[in-house]
Amino acid sequence: MKRIGVFVCHCGINIAMTVDVKRVAEEAMNMPGVAYAQDYIYMCSEPGQALVREKIKEEELDAVIIAACSPNLHESTFRAAAEEAGLNPWQCEIANIREQCSWVHTNREKATSKAIRIVDTLVQKTILNESLEPIPVSITKKALVIGGGIAGIQAALDIADSGYKIILVEKESSIGGHMAQLSETFPTLDCSQCILTPKMVAAGKHPNIELMTYSEIEEVSGYVGNFNVKIKRKASFVDWSKCNGCGLCMEKCPAKVPSLFDRELATHGAIYVPFPQAVPNKPVIDKDNCIYFKSGKCRLCEKVCEIGAINFEQEDLIVEEEIGAIIVATGFETLPVPNLVEYGAGDVPDVIDGLAFERLLSASGPTVGEVRRPSDGMVPKEIVFVQCAGSRDPERYRPYCSKICCMYTTKHALLYKHRVHDGQPYIFYIDIRTGGKGYEEFYHNAELDEGIIYLRGKVAKIFRDGDKTVVWGTDTLTGRNIEIAADLVVLATAMIPKDSTAELVKKLRIQTGPNGFLSEAHPKLRPVESINSGFYIAGAAQGPKDIPETVAQASAAACKVISLFSRDHLEQDPAIAWVDEDLCGNCRICISVCPYDAREFDEEKGIVIVNEALCEGCGSCVAACACGATQQRNLSDSQIRSMVTASLGGE
Amino acid sequence: MFEPKIVCFLCKWCTSAGADLAGTSRLKYRPNGVNIKFMCSSRVDPEHILWAFHEGADGVLIGGCHPGDCHYEDGNYKTQARVSLLNRLLDDLGIDTRRLRLDWISAAEGSKFANVMNEFTEELRSLGPIKLAAREMAK
Repeated sequence: MKRIGVFVCHCGINIAMTVDVKRVAEEAMNMPGVAYAQDYIYMCSEPGQALVREKIKEEELDAVIIAACSPNLHESTFRAAAEEAGLNPWQCEIANIREQCSWVHTNREKATSKAIRIVDTLVQKTILNESLEPIPVSITKKALVIGGGIAGIQAALDIADSGYKIILVEKESSIGGHMAQLSETFPTLDCSQCILTPKMVAAGKHPNIELMTYSEIEEVSGYVGNFNVKIKRKASFVDWSKCNGCGLCMEKCPAKVPSLFDRELATHGAIYVPFPQAVPNKPVIDKDNCIYFKSGKCRLCEKVCEIGAINFEQEDLIVEEEIGAIIVATGFETLPVPNLVEYGAGDVPDVIDGLAFERLLSASGPTVGEVRRPSDGMVPKEIVFVQCAGSRDPERYRPYCSKICCMYTTKHALLYKHRVHDGQPYIFYIDIRTGGKGYEEFYHNAELDEGIIYLRGKVAKIFRDGDKTVVWGTDTLTGRNIEIAADLVVLATAMIPKDSTAELVKKLRIQTGPNGFLSEAHPKLRPVESINSGFYIAGAAQGPKDIPETVAQASAAACKVISLFSRDHLEQDPAIAWVDEDLCGNCRICISVCPYDAREFDEEKGIVIVNEALCEGCGSCVAACACGATQQRNLSDSQIRSMVTASLGGE
Repeated sequence: MFEPKIVCFLCKWCTSAGADLAGTSRLKYRPNGVNIKFMCSSRVDPEHILWAFHEGADGVLIGGCHPGDCHYEDGNYKTQARVSLLNRLLDDLGIDTRRLRLDWISAAEGSKFANVMNEFTEELRSLGPIKLAAREMAK
């Protein structure tokens, strides 16, 4: 029989407070095959790992079980340690007695008993574990970045600069994302366009970057190193290879469509580029609003286009790409104002959100940078800014802090004062949070020197009275109710994941958290990786964050991809299906259940075999096999049976 | 009080990750189940479930990804089909079908995992220990 070593971690007090770790180690000694058991305060520390390595040699262990935290955290750590001491990595198993035991139970006796059974379950598995070798698979050294905001642009540029090919897919016709909408950025007040557009141009021109704008992910299959991605290139009805971007078509188009880029504060034609600095600077026809598509008449754009770039017959095109790694940088949107009932549900005039105010401040915006309110174009003399509009409100809206609103609201008030010197900005806030380099100083200066009035409290109601938009709130520091008859109200609405994220994650099969943001593999130590190999995440799609953090995360994700691509080949988990050739009855049920076409009929042998390169190890065919011929490596039916028995406390 | 024993077969990608989240969120739930992690809920063979009842389980929980979210395309649908089929057999064996529970619990649903464990424990308490005759028959 194998000689198994069991190492029980205290995790400081994280495990030891609820689980009697010494007893777990003592009980482990009575389990079959266990030749050595020991508890230690921090198994993952260097002395802890050294203990494992030392005992493997001293006690001549054939396998080890580390009873500690979730295998998602340290399985690779301990497998590496075991390998260093001469064991096959598949002879190391992790018993999760922290996340799935000590942290979720309070009764020490019961938690200890459960921890013992968890360890026993893994002991039973380990007895029958085979030594395996990883299956080498090739890598397609080409990356896909989904989302062309600042996160996607930065990640694409970093990967491209390291010499690898990249496809940058963006849903809109231009890259740039929300950053392109911003006027100036906190805390330095440098112009957003001025720092963003050079990067957009660089991404557009980089020989290693292929831009696929006005495109969406249709389907993703395969696995790390070898994804097959189908991308839908939406019909723009303009032949971009011919279009020289003269803009005549846009000038002549008689349709008036609210500009989403300008937050519906301006209109553009049905043929349009979202903003003048667009990359690529090529128009698309909005089919839903084009007069020709609606009524069958017009085609004015076609008439004025001398080079014949307009093509009303164009259709969506599906392109297929082989990809090695995918970065998801789909960004955010903001909670729509109509969702906020107490703030007028979008029906009260002159209540806008922060992004709309950015457009009013922007020199390239609908008012060329003059602050004018939407209803009548008047320059507002009093503006109320409402922070946490939908954030930090678990009962009705979003429970989390949107992180950037304190800073951008202060910036808004400041930029407004710089443009309208006699104007009075008020800011309603719950708390002012200024964590970031230079942020507190920025806020401090605004509060002391710029005449901005900060009111601590939430706004209860916003309604129209004549040509004023009235705000009712409470100043919780003085205990007084406040009424302000404002000319304009700006809501710092909650950052939420892009609505297309939910559909995209289903296609990618990656995880999101309770609020719909992408989940990272570990909140502290693996912040830019998805738990699913080959997927990396960057930017506000992962959670609210500001530009510097987004850029840092994007570069980090790019670095992960580059490190993946620097290897000659990848190693695939060998714990896949295999067939006992003597038992296979050739019923072929396995072929029908395999999602990867990994089960193939072998004419020579007259049985159904496993194509190891295609098998992903789900085990579905193993469960389906009628005669027990198909088994999963290191998770055979006999292993499962003895694991079940052990989990119930043995015979 | 009767403490039912539960075997939990959890898929790695969704439900086991959800159980981990319950842990990192420090949610508290009844300690009656021990988790056995599979790559996919479709690895669960109906025989494993019968074996669990035979070996003394009062309840079996299978946790997989939500429909459409399976890491292996459609493994969870296969699991659902197998479980519905097995339920008919459980009836014949005299095992109350409420003792076999299939839940879709995502990696984000730590609280759902905790709730399911509490609910299931309560339900099994009200059902009482499994009848020995049925256990013999499950052989």
